[in-house]
Amino acid sequence: MSDPLFEFLCRMGDNALVLGHRVSEWCGVAPALEEDIALANTALDLVGQATLWLDLAAEVEGAGRDADALAFRRDVWDFRNLLLVEQPNGDFGQTMMRQFLFDAWHRAYLAALTDSSDTRIAAIAEKSLKEVTYHLDRSAETVIGLGDGTEESHRRMQTALDRLFPFVGEMFVTDEVDAAMITACIAPDPRSLRAGFDSYLAEVLAEAKLIQPSGDFSHKGGKSGARHSEHLGHMLTQMQWLQRAYPDATW
Amino acid sequence: MSSEWPLWEVFVRGQHGLSHRHVGSLHAADAEAAIRNARDVYTRRNEGVSIWVVEASAIAASSPEEKGPLYEPANDKVYRHPTFYDIPDDVGAM
Repeated sequence: MSDPLFEFLCRMGDNALVLGHRVSEWCGVAPALEEDIALANTALDLVGQATLWLDLAAEVEGAGRDADALAFRRDVWDFRNLLLVEQPNGDFGQTMMRQFLFDAWHRAYLAALTDSSDTRIAAIAEKSLKEVTYHLDRSAETVIGLGDGTEESHRRMQTALDRLFPFVGEMFVTDEVDAAMITACIAPDPRSLRAGFDSYLAEVLAEAKLIQPSGDFSHKGGKSGARHSEHLGHMLTQMQWLQRAYPDATW
Repeated sequence: MSSEWPLWEVFVRGQHGLSHRHVGSLHAADAEAAIRNARDVYTRRNEGVSIWVVEASAIAASSPEEKGPLYEPANDKVYRHPTFYDIPDDVGAM
């Protein structure tokens, strides 16, 4: 295993980068002008967070790479993001459900990271937390509005939840990288955040009149890098196109 | 019920001490969503510290055709402007 701190920072950065890119795919084609701008803002927040995490990862690695090199020069098997965030946008409801499930975890995780023993990590978490608190406010209200909306919007949100719920479990898996972070008081145990997440999820889904799928099966392999879904590779061909076609291109 | 979101007028206060200014309008399903949309559409570049929204249909407006009787009578009443006083330099900008 490579340096667990580097792995951890790549996980944080890749979550933000991959979701940020996914959300940016809505730019210009969202269902309403207001949502288009809001999604673009969210994407920019996440890409900004990714830059902070990956710059720190590169610094920790000390191999002469920077955030851009990590973002655009790694291939799919080196990415460490959760499977949830690489899932395709689907319709607007599916995008907002994915955002809500991630935001709810992200906010809790960042809040815990503000107490990190590594002050650089605590500082990034504190800056990101303000942005993510707003993301969660918007995504939760959208899930409630559409879940408890028309017959069609309700059906679409339930479909999105049924499709994405099997990706929730991976956010709370604890592996050897997490264990090293817990021991060093750098990051919290993901398992410790599950109860709070579950009760918040139940609250929002009740208000949205949506039914939480039963069963605790969960897809895994994103944050460990063992097995990404087929969607990430396709996404990277778009995201990394310029660096692949014209390495080291400058303006 | 209309499937279109209603129109909201947005007012943003730039800094503490100033008044809210009308900055534009947008569509949203309800007041809370209108404030969130206003945050995203009109305060992306640090423009504001406070947002008001009001449904456009709730605003009563004067009619342009009435501008003669409404505003022109004030044209020749220059004495309503405080321009006939000498302002001491110490007062500074008024």
